Amino acid sequence: MRLHRFNPGVFRLICILVVLGAGARAFGEDIPLSERRSGYDTMGRDTKAMQDDDMANPATLWVLEGEALWNARGANAKSCADCHGDASSSMKGVAARYPAFDAKRDAPIDLAQRINICRSERQNATPFRFESRELLALTAFVARQSRGMPIEASDARMKPFVDAGRQMFHERLGQLNLSCAQCHDDNWGRQLAGSVIPQAHPTGYPIYRLEWQSLGSLQRRLRNCLFGMRAEPYDYGAPETIALESFLMWRARGMPMDAPAVRP
Amino acid sequence: MARPLINVPPKAKRGQVIEVKTLISHVMETGFRPSSIGEVLPRDIITQLVCSYNGEEIFRADLSPAIAANPFITFHTVATESGTLTFTWTGDNGFSESGQASITVE
Repeated sequence: MRLHRFNPGVFRLICILVVLGAGARAFGEDIPLSERRSGYDTMGRDTKAMQDDDMANPATLWVLEGEALWNARGANAKSCADCHGDASSSMKGVAARYPAFDAKRDAPIDLAQRINICRSERQNATPFRFESRELLALTAFVARQSRGMPIEASDARMKPFVDAGRQMFHERLGQLNLSCAQCHDDNWGRQLAGSVIPQAHPTGYPIYRLEWQSLGSLQRRLRNCLFGMRAEPYDYGAPETIALESFLMWRARGMPMDAPAVRP
Repeated sequence: MARPLINVPPKAKRGQVIEVKTLISHVMETGFRPSSIGEVLPRDIITQLVCSYNGEEIFRADLSPAIAANPFITFHTVATESGTLTFTWTGDNGFSESGQASITVE
């Protein structure tokens, strides 16, 4: 009689227990506030150095261009500076609270949309195209003024949109049938091919992404992820995109801004 | 197109080794990538950066298609005398951009 007979059922059960034990993380739950890490923390030393030195951070080129646009006059001879004055004081902390609720539209808008609304309504100028160099430059310049400020997401009017974003974050999408949460809540810090999966906190947008070799918005990044999941990306400025942005900012509430950041 | 960024220490002691940093906005299109309709995008890169210190050439770099967009180039030199460092970038399609930085040597 063999005492130690191989039992496939028991073996399978042990395997499952080992897997569950290895991942001590609670699946399907939010990341505890104390365990949140910015994308900066998972970067390599060289990329960190590139972000830390304004002279080496290519996003500085856009910030300087944005500064010039800030002082440039629109069609009705009004510049951003004419109303808002010195951006270093008037725009301090602004990027940290966008997307923000716009009472006139009864919906949230993100920073780039706010800039374009200001442009068309106050300057009588044509709005910039999404992801255009000018819009990214102005957004980067405004976002730069919030460096080090904590992300703010306490507006009660935003709640339905944050909730909608949360639902989308947990919804399985695309041909790969993946949700955002499966990577960024459940498996952050592990590897997806050669890259570390970050927690997806939007602390540094617009970012200079080395893969893009250019500056890009959070909307572009979200479309990028959706494309990778083989889902149909939401349009630029679509309510879904803004809801997802709103949820991500709420999820990163209190974390310091490091815009414009460098990311791999 | 944004003006190039140049960082030279404003003051240095004679004989001191100083670090010079430059950053310029450029797409650095390799000439090997297909466009969205399948045609190869023509090469468009910066081919050369030359730096002169009071008229005398002290640094020259030839850039290749393998260099990333918005090239950041840094090098060291010896502060010999007060004056101006002139930087000139040249490239495909008649690209030409230049900038200056002054240094006081004590």
